[in-house]
Amino acid sequence: MHENPRNMTQGQFSFLPPLTDDQIKLQMAYAIKQGWALSVEYTDDPHPRNTYWEMWCQPMFDTKDPAAVMTEVTECRKVYGNMYIRVNAFDNSRWRESVAMSFIVNRPKYEPGLALSRTEGPGRTIQYRVHSYATDKPKGERYK
Amino acid sequence: MTTTPENPTDSFDLEGEFARSNVQAVLDKLDRELIGLRPVKQRIREIAALLLVDKARRSMGLETGAPTLHMSFTGNPGTGKTTVALRMAEILKNLGYVRQGHLVSVTRDDLVGQYIGHTAPKTREVIKKAMGGVLFIDEAYYLYKPENERDYGQEAIEILLQVMENQRDDLVVILAGYANRMEVFFQSNPGFRSRIAHHLDFPDYSDVELFEIAKIMVDAQHYVLTPEAVKVLKEYIPRRMKMPHFANARSMRNAIDRAKLRQANRLFGRKDRTNLTRKDLTTIEAEDLLASRVFQ
Repeated sequence: MHENPRNMTQGQFSFLPPLTDDQIKLQMAYAIKQGWALSVEYTDDPHPRNTYWEMWCQPMFDTKDPAAVMTEVTECRKVYGNMYIRVNAFDNSRWRESVAMSFIVNRPKYEPGLALSRTEGPGRTIQYRVHSYATDKPKGERYK
Repeated sequence: MTTTPENPTDSFDLEGEFARSNVQAVLDKLDRELIGLRPVKQRIREIAALLLVDKARRSMGLETGAPTLHMSFTGNPGTGKTTVALRMAEILKNLGYVRQGHLVSVTRDDLVGQYIGHTAPKTREVIKKAMGGVLFIDEAYYLYKPENERDYGQEAIEILLQVMENQRDDLVVILAGYANRMEVFFQSNPGFRSRIAHHLDFPDYSDVELFEIAKIMVDAQHYVLTPEAVKVLKEYIPRRMKMPHFANARSMRNAIDRAKLRQANRLFGRKDRTNLTRKDLTTIEAEDLLASRVFQ
């Protein structure tokens, strides 16, 4: 039976072993070649529906080289090294105007995972609740 | 840059590598399109040779430190600093030293902010744009204003110095400006001087060279000078050189632009403007140049 990993699985490559910096740069280079704008975001809330993360810097619309984005990732790791950091590639071409790529580039050392709890409602219906153990602690104290 | 390949070879085809790198084509273009500037061209050739030899050394597993390629271009206005910087980006790209080969040209305004905490993000933004290419800082001495100790320029300088040292593989910084003011700038910022390996001085053009430059400009814009106009232009150049605000090649461009203006006006004022020929449209006459204030 397939068992879901305890790691957060959002975006691309999240079922794979963590990407190395060189692999990350290659992905960035691909996005830049497509003309997409790269941005760096971070969060400490691993809930699957947590889609809006904090922006680390402004989206980089006219960088021509992955080294520039990697610099921001490195800077972000220095400050939020024990949080989730992802890189987004935004395609601003007409009719698409949405995120074209998104992948995690940094994770906390230990990820406690998610709890699934069930609540019985009227008529024996079951409501499911996904809850991340990490968010039991207030912001800033998770992943110490 | 210090990595050694797994299979060091015993021979290296410098000739073949040179041909592949396409540098000769760029150097030829430089010779063709840029008149004069002998010391500058010489130095560019040396840099190209160094990078190729470094490549050869690396292929044999010899130690090669990453060469520092930050440069400073000093010279009077209109001596071709920006043009050479553009070519430099192209050359470094062909030699595989920079990855993208684009040039980001900035001045103080693009780097220094207006309030506290505004400068660092602004400078970083510019540096990010230039990564993989060449960052060209025109009139770099404006970054440093000793008369105001709270000037934010210092902050931009510190960030630049840090990047120039730590991310040498990611971008090449070229500082440009007038010779004497750059000298003062380097004296008060020793960090810059030591991080810049190549100081290129752009000499002023002689009147013969300026004439050649003007001819190239006229040709490129599909105009033709009549033999009389050529004579007038040869007369014009030494006179213009003696006048204030002389800016070498830029003055030539302005002179040609004004001649074009007068030519257009002359054609417009003609009686028979219903049948202009191709020749009419491309010819610059002596009178178009003679009307200049230089001859008054």
